[in-house]
Amino acid sequence: MRVLPIVMSLAASMAAGAPVDIKIWRHETDDSEMKSSAASVERFNRKQSQYRVVTETLPQGSYQQAVVAAAMTHKLPCVLDLDQPTVPNFAWAGHIQALAGPLRPAGADALIPGGRSTYKGNLYAVGQFDVALALFARKSVLEKHGVRMATLGQPYTAAEFRDILRKLKREGYAYPLDLNMQLNGEWLAYAFSPWLQSAGTDLIDRKTFTVVDGVLNSDAAVSVVDYFRSLFEERLASRKPLDDQSFPSGRAAFHYSGSWTARLYRQKFGDDLVALAPPAFGAQPRIGAGSWQWAVASSCPHPEGARMLLEHLISPQEIAAFADATGLMPTSEAAADSTMLYRKGAFGRTFFDAARALAVVRPETPGYPMISSAFERALKEAREGVDSAEALDRAVEAIQQDLRRNRNYGF
Amino acid sequence: MSAAGASSGSRQVAATVLHTALMVLAGIVFAYPLLFMFSAGFKPGDAIFAELGSPTALIPDARWSFDNYRAVFDKGSIGAYLLNSGLIALVSVVAGIFINSAAAFALAKLKWRGQGFVLGLIVALLLVPFEVLAIPMLLIVSKLPWFDMASGALITGWLDTLHVQVVPFLANAFCVFLFYQFFKDVPDELVEAGRMDGAGALTIYFRIVMPVCKPVIVTAAIILFLGMWNQYLWPVMTVHTASARPVMVGLQQYFGRTTQWGEIMAYASLITLPVLVFFLVFQKHFIRSVVGAGIKG
Amino acid sequence: MLGPALLLFAGFVLLPFLMSVAFSFTNVKLLQADPVEWVGLDNYTRMFALKVVKAPPAADEVETQIPSRQWRRLKRAQPQEFEGYQYLARVSMGERAYLIGARDPQFLRSVANTFLFAVLVVPMQTLLALAMALWVNRSFRGRVLLRTVFFSPVVTSMVVVAAIWGLLLHTDVGVVNQVLRALYGADAPQPDWLGDPHIAMLSIAFMSAWQGAGFQMLIFLSGLQGISIDQYEAADVMGASRWQKFIYITLPGLRRTLVFVLVSTTIMAFGLFTQVDVLTGGGPRDATSTVIFHAVRTGFREQDIAYGSAMTLVFFVFVLLLSLGQKKLMARVGR
Repeated sequence: MRVLPIVMSLAASMAAGAPVDIKIWRHETDDSEMKSSAASVERFNRKQSQYRVVTETLPQGSYQQAVVAAAMTHKLPCVLDLDQPTVPNFAWAGHIQALAGPLRPAGADALIPGGRSTYKGNLYAVGQFDVALALFARKSVLEKHGVRMATLGQPYTAAEFRDILRKLKREGYAYPLDLNMQLNGEWLAYAFSPWLQSAGTDLIDRKTFTVVDGVLNSDAAVSVVDYFRSLFEERLASRKPLDDQSFPSGRAAFHYSGSWTARLYRQKFGDDLVALAPPAFGAQPRIGAGSWQWAVASSCPHPEGARMLLEHLISPQEIAAFADATGLMPTSEAAADSTMLYRKGAFGRTFFDAARALAVVRPETPGYPMISSAFERALKEAREGVDSAEALDRAVEAIQQDLRRNRNYGF
Repeated sequence: MSAAGASSGSRQVAATVLHTALMVLAGIVFAYPLLFMFSAGFKPGDAIFAELGSPTALIPDARWSFDNYRAVFDKGSIGAYLLNSGLIALVSVVAGIFINSAAAFALAKLKWRGQGFVLGLIVALLLVPFEVLAIPMLLIVSKLPWFDMASGALITGWLDTLHVQVVPFLANAFCVFLFYQFFKDVPDELVEAGRMDGAGALTIYFRIVMPVCKPVIVTAAIILFLGMWNQYLWPVMTVHTASARPVMVGLQQYFGRTTQWGEIMAYASLITLPVLVFFLVFQKHFIRSVVGAGIKG
Repeated sequence: MLGPALLLFAGFVLLPFLMSVAFSFTNVKLLQADPVEWVGLDNYTRMFALKVVKAPPAADEVETQIPSRQWRRLKRAQPQEFEGYQYLARVSMGERAYLIGARDPQFLRSVANTFLFAVLVVPMQTLLALAMALWVNRSFRGRVLLRTVFFSPVVTSMVVVAAIWGLLLHTDVGVVNQVLRALYGADAPQPDWLGDPHIAMLSIAFMSAWQGAGFQMLIFLSGLQGISIDQYEAADVMGASRWQKFIYITLPGLRRTLVFVLVSTTIMAFGLFTQVDVLTGGGPRDATSTVIFHAVRTGFREQDIAYGSAMTLVFFVFVLLLSLGQKKLMARVGR
């Protein structure tokens, strides 16, 4: 009867429930984010014993391709992070499921718009952080050259900003503005489509999500891209910077970048650092919104566990911990109030408030990947000297073809 | 020694010195990009740019250190990736040599119908660029079964494994062609003699033909090794997890995480070194076989 | 004996190839939500469709300088007529001027670039390889080392090579421009090697020639060793100079080798992809986009597999014809 004790111990362990593994994927990025993410997952694993989360990190450069390939071959993990504008595309293709009903994580309603991703009225992804665009500069440098400091109420106008850059160039800067042109991919659409929105136009008409001609290549859009091109023609910004150190090393006076650099710059420059609103092309400047968010694959075998994980990730404590460790902007006011950088009166609070006042999410349509790559190509062409109208027309053509081939993505 | 002899002797020396100087100059200019890569791996980031245009850039100085290499091993998991790539390359070389030479043997030495057609087909396959096939191949490998030795079960799909990076490329049209050219030169009498002794095709292949082929084997080994070590697009498409990731994808991942050129160059040096060493060791055979094989096509 | 290889070829080359052919007649995309449809030759016509119209008189200053704006105006006036066609070029023949539009101007530019690249790289690489082979063929100390150095770029991964060259060719701090500055002072030409549409392809050709010449050098070496020494000795007896020996013995002896090297380099040149992908991304202004690059970009990155397959198939057929042409040429030259 030696079998009995074995059977009993097996039964005991099964009753106690060895934790079920939940696989998640996240894209690789800098160390502070990675460590923070890992810590968050650790805390989840420790606070409950039903599920054990196993994280796999993939290189960012090929993350999109890897996810697409895995989606094609039905090998997606249970939970994965996706860049917010690509979420509708995955939702439309059926690879991720709506976070509705029993799957809806508590606390989702408290998130700012940049922390949520919706498609056709359903919630599909939630995020722990968001990023705001800003014009970084140093007080001492601005004062030295007699440049006024822009404020939220009185931002630079586009023309004024260009004049400032010209002045700085005359006074010795080889390339006074750093536009992160060494970055490819989504940066271009993310950073410069707000300029279109500020000028009163857009990437696509958001009422129908089917009209592009007359929107992306409208006169207002052409003049924005003309402006963009002029920055390179007049060598006010470098077409191909070698690295991202122009601003910290003093070679550039302004750095147009996302708030992800805020913490590092603040550490380096302390109170000398200012984060100004980007230039306005119309009445108001606009900034982008929506960064990497968490979604649940349709093939996930443990949706309940996925929901618990998401709830944990967007709880105010977790968001605050993440924000404190990485300097990235939190996605709920409750969390913001308990962080060092974003609570009322702190340096980052301006970002947080600006985000709510000026942010525009990128168009929430499954056609976004095509829109983004077409706009990116148009900007790159303009940067190299192609006529703005021609470049934008080409982008419009490509997007229209894509819409036609996909029956307007169901709109 | 006559005066003429002495002066022609010194002219000889001058010519040799000039020639050597020219050789060194040509060598350095030609190899500059690689030398740059190796030297940059030892320098801190700002030093690379500061010294970019100076002639002393390639000369070791006080600032050279192994810091970048250390960082690469810590942050970049390069040890694991080197192991993966090494395994992939090794298995590919060994299996590839047998598979391709066996096919070439059948084409060159055995007589059967359709020989010409198959040969023509294989040569045509040489022309198909990988990108044409990449996506259909992805769909195929995601549905194929595999016997997993660890769990003892049959699993579907080959993604995220080492074998997905090896098996599709074992049959290499260029290697088949290389072996084919060489086998055609092996005298038929050798094969005939073997057959008269009653040996089967396989025996002839192993005992008689292969031992003569050392140079070609080395060439094939180098080509297969190079191809598998430098693989990039396919692993990006089929391998997502770190456990099976090869070295080239690791470099791209590293490139995306940091703009520390010193570390990137150290990484690049680490992955170029094995190939250069492999080639240096075998180059005599390699050159002899390529040069010897000639263009008898 | 043939079994394993044949099976692998069938499964991993032939089958994907046939699938690719099938894809090219459909509208399949990477992440497909709708059912796949048969579209016949639409992908192929899209590649080559052209539209030529007489250029109307320019409406204003801008249109005189930027012909694409004229196309834009015509298109706005007659959207149905011009649907799907984008501006490609303006051609003037004497009195009359024409505007040409295409459904995929980038593809056509890629075709032109691919030919341009082949025309640039083949002579560069072949001459370099020949020079290196001639040098290394003589016997002197350090010959093996020099040969190794010449061959070393071949064994390096193209991704690594492209990354390094990107640094070396940088307009502001790259070695090449710094050397120019050192030689010519402050007024030195500082070309934008990878950012100027007129020279970007030249830079890529140069880098490719550097990387590939080592391999062709070996082929030439083999050819040189095939020329019998007797001919040289006879020429020496007749008092021929080095140059004469080269022209009358070496070159003719290398004829078959030369044809092989030229054609194989041309075929490989047509497949240009990795360097463009890593260094320029097809730019500036599509100046370095090649057929395969455009196919991979549309097929994989923009998820239009069907169109990407169609392009690579057209490419394959073209290369097939080229290599058949080589066989004929070799047969004729070989006598």
